[in-house]
Amino acid sequence: MLLIYCPNCLEHREEEEFSYGGEAHIARPLNPETLSDTQWADYLFFRKNPRGIHHEMWYHATGCRRYFNATRNTVTYEILETYQVGTQPQITGTDA
Amino acid sequence: MKRYSGFSLLKNALSYHENWQKVWRNPTPKRDYDVVIVGGGGHGLATAYYLAKVHGITNVAVVEKGYLGGGNTARNTTIIRSNYLWDEAAQLYELSLKLWEGLSQDLNYNVMFSQRGVLNLGHNLQDMRDIERRVSANRLNGIDGEVVTPQRIKEIAPLINISPDSRYPILGASWQPRGGTARHDAVAWGYARAADALGAEMIQQTEVTGIRRKDGAVVGVETSNGFIGARKVACVTAGNSGVVAAMAGLRLPVESRPLQALVSEPIKPCLDTVVMSNAVHGYISQSDKGDLVIGAGVDSYNGYGQRGSFHVVEHTVQAICELFPAFSRVSMNRQWGGIVDTCPDACPIISKTSVDGLYFNCGWGTGGFKATPGSGYVFADTVANDRPHPLAEAFNLDRFNTGALIDEHGAAGVAH
Repeated sequence: MLLIYCPNCLEHREEEEFSYGGEAHIARPLNPETLSDTQWADYLFFRKNPRGIHHEMWYHATGCRRYFNATRNTVTYEILETYQVGTQPQITGTDA
Repeated sequence: MKRYSGFSLLKNALSYHENWQKVWRNPTPKRDYDVVIVGGGGHGLATAYYLAKVHGITNVAVVEKGYLGGGNTARNTTIIRSNYLWDEAAQLYELSLKLWEGLSQDLNYNVMFSQRGVLNLGHNLQDMRDIERRVSANRLNGIDGEVVTPQRIKEIAPLINISPDSRYPILGASWQPRGGTARHDAVAWGYARAADALGAEMIQQTEVTGIRRKDGAVVGVETSNGFIGARKVACVTAGNSGVVAAMAGLRLPVESRPLQALVSEPIKPCLDTVVMSNAVHGYISQSDKGDLVIGAGVDSYNGYGQRGSFHVVEHTVQAICELFPAFSRVSMNRQWGGIVDTCPDACPIISKTSVDGLYFNCGWGTGGFKATPGSGYVFADTVANDRPHPLAEAFNLDRFNTGALIDEHGAAGVAH
């Protein structure tokens, strides 16, 4: 069970209160009609799926009901930081 | 390879079973091979076997970072069935099921394939409509299946609770009598032994750390024990597929997630079939040893840690107690996780890549074990002939660009 710090509610809550939103920082293409099939597929289906540091979205379903971002290690599952949508992570890199 | 038989058992009994032949060799890697298979799980070993047996390609190495069959092959719940909705998937899994039916004889190794039947329960009207549709599609594809009533379910699995007063009452099920289970370790060992006997080499405790390319074609793999040359490299690395693809500068549309399972203490025989439920989300069978083998849901988040969250186990056990109130007093012995590579359409990728001589077989997600023989068969054919096997054609990597997905999420039997 992960304990996740919600940056809106400002406290640690149990994983069951949240739902996972997938990789963060994926911008929807501004002009979808100009994209090639490959670029569109890349936006829709292809994810980084790293073994190590991962920036991802979480939704606090039974709390503030808002999305936020987290930086998590996908091997140890340690959550290194959580931060507001629209801001950049402090911790970057790919170390496992 | 000395054949296993009743006679060999008797003969070896006379020497106190001390003179059995080693099941496979443990060679030091050669400088180069025709084909290097990355990943010594069930699918990789099956690929090696069919490369040798069907295509006569025996200069093959299976490179495994741990030990053979020690990853997801050893972590699944061993359920085998072929009742998939869409033609492409149904044909692939049915090929696999047909291979299962003769596998022990083919490999001269008892994989303990037991056709005890698989029930997929329906708990609401929409479940039942989906089940009717899937069973009809199966029958049109020549796959056995029938829609059964709660009374018939009770006859098949007497301990099940079909009371209309339960929280999620059982309205019916699909029943595939030819489905069942097999001994997962034996599958890996049987394929490894048979492939080894035909000349393939098992290189264990050797981790692939890079894929060397020259002029857009693969020339070999970098490993923790040095470079191994190869004309073709076939990657079958399940949860780590994305990591291996990145070594060749490729991206895959897979995400790696923990999938958990658990077993109970051994109890007397009480469940001689496989019961799966999409709506309450659990699946259960009983092993020959007597353990109840229970599959949980996949964790929602990406991970490589080979363990999952406890609350997923809790939900699964709740579902099992709902279906089988008698099991509420059974203690659980062990719980573990494996890393499954899930595709957006819940179907595998069996494909050539943009790098010449590099092939991927991945994305099996939560349902790879049942496909082991068929996956190895079509992948070996794809690698040997450098073009997709007819049954693998639809499972190419390009489907994510063209949009021709094979959406098996609804038919996967459980709501992963």
